Amino acid sequence: MKIFTMSRTVTGNLVQGPATLMYPKRPREFTKITRGQVNNDIETCIACGLCSKRCPVYAITVVKGPKENRTKDWEIDHLKCCTCGLCVEICPKQSLTMANHYFPPVTERTAGIHKLHYTPPEKPEQAAGQEVKNED
Amino acid sequence: MAKRNIIPFGPQHPVLPEPINFELVTEDEKIVEALPSISYVHRGLERLVEKRDFKDFVQIADRICGLCSFQHSMGYCQAVENVMGIEVPERALYLRTIWAELSRMHSHIFWMGTGADAFGFESIFMQALRIREAVLDIFEKTTGGRVILGVCQVGGVRRDIEDDTLKEIVKRLITIKGNLEKISTVFYNDYSIRHRLEGVGYISKEDAYTLGCVGPMARASGLDLDMRALGYAAYKYLDVEPMVESGGDCYARCLVRIRENFHSIDLIRQAVEKIPQGPVAVKFKGFPDGEYFSRVEQPRGEVIHYVRGNGDKKLARFRVRVPTFTNIPAMLKVLVGSDIADVPNIILTLDPCISCTER
Repeated sequence: MKIFTMSRTVTGNLVQGPATLMYPKRPREFTKITRGQVNNDIETCIACGLCSKRCPVYAITVVKGPKENRTKDWEIDHLKCCTCGLCVEICPKQSLTMANHYFPPVTERTAGIHKLHYTPPEKPEQAAGQEVKNED
Repeated sequence: MAKRNIIPFGPQHPVLPEPINFELVTEDEKIVEALPSISYVHRGLERLVEKRDFKDFVQIADRICGLCSFQHSMGYCQAVENVMGIEVPERALYLRTIWAELSRMHSHIFWMGTGADAFGFESIFMQALRIREAVLDIFEKTTGGRVILGVCQVGGVRRDIEDDTLKEIVKRLITIKGNLEKISTVFYNDYSIRHRLEGVGYISKEDAYTLGCVGPMARASGLDLDMRALGYAAYKYLDVEPMVESGGDCYARCLVRIRENFHSIDLIRQAVEKIPQGPVAVKFKGFPDGEYFSRVEQPRGEVIHYVRGNGDKKLARFRVRVPTFTNIPAMLKVLVGSDIADVPNIILTLDPCISCTER
């Protein structure tokens, strides 16, 4: 009987609730291996530039300072990044990691650029690793 | 003689998921000529092969299209492996097969939704996307990506799936199968769907053959044409049965895709039962020197990846011949003489994938 089929569907829908997630009340659950966004530990990074060479969308820029001050600049444009994970795979020091949550939405194109700067400490007890967020 | 009008269909149209334009020359309600124009989303991906390392190009081949992304990377890898004579481990072949069949399922389920939406059955569209979500969850759990998987690499696959996860996938597929059966019943029995699709957009077996139809388009017209029968990846170890219908109309194409969903579930079950232990990738040295045509069955039909290397780390030429491109002549033939109201159904049952076509 068709009437019973329909009432079963209606009852099922009432009991189960909506199929969509009530976002942001219930946050989305990511798996452990979800390719969300690329992060860099600038202190262990040796600024070899392999990640920027391998990036298919040219989202990463690496600048190694002169030998005297040994500064490192590493920059990623999260809005360009296609999260393929090639950079994470090739990193010789494993300083690049893939976080399992996505980069939050932004309203400006430049807001997706994430800059990291590192100046080595002058004295060994001084911790000089610092993270500079984008200027905008 | 009735007055001729030109009605533009697309590139932005409610039933079209991607941009393609047809100029439909009509006389009253009948179409007398259909002129297609593509290239709204051309990205020049084939040219990129000359600028990227051949190993990294897999990631670009993966991004040719969203719905059949895995088959593109698999086809490209197969071509390069054949040029270089790389023996891919068996476990990797099985894993490729499992992901390829899941891709086929998610593409076909999505098609069931958009197809139903084209003839005004929006509730099926919602239900289909709900079911497809379960397949995407499997992708995310096993590869880390929901649509662009990025797991294929030259010489194997990047990730292994643990045996427990494989069994869990089969369990989840049982639930998906139950849900799919509910939707399929509507397609099989509903009077309005049959009335809307039966006898519309008929392609005879001879026409399908001469116009070079591939995939569900060809199989719906009675042509037994399925590239999986060639035995690439692990299909040679599985019982592949092409889903052939004889109707040749929109409804037959619909049925082929519905039946293929269930067949994909069966193939994944078979693959999980037979999958051997072992490595998932093999290391190799050297650069491709030679050329190869790789033929892979996508959800929309046969795709050909042509690869030519000259001993350099960058390939000399890469060419993709996608199924939608081959099916367009048949669609144009069908459009001529049909009613203007049937155009969305005819175009949607071809399941056009424009981003593939324009690469």
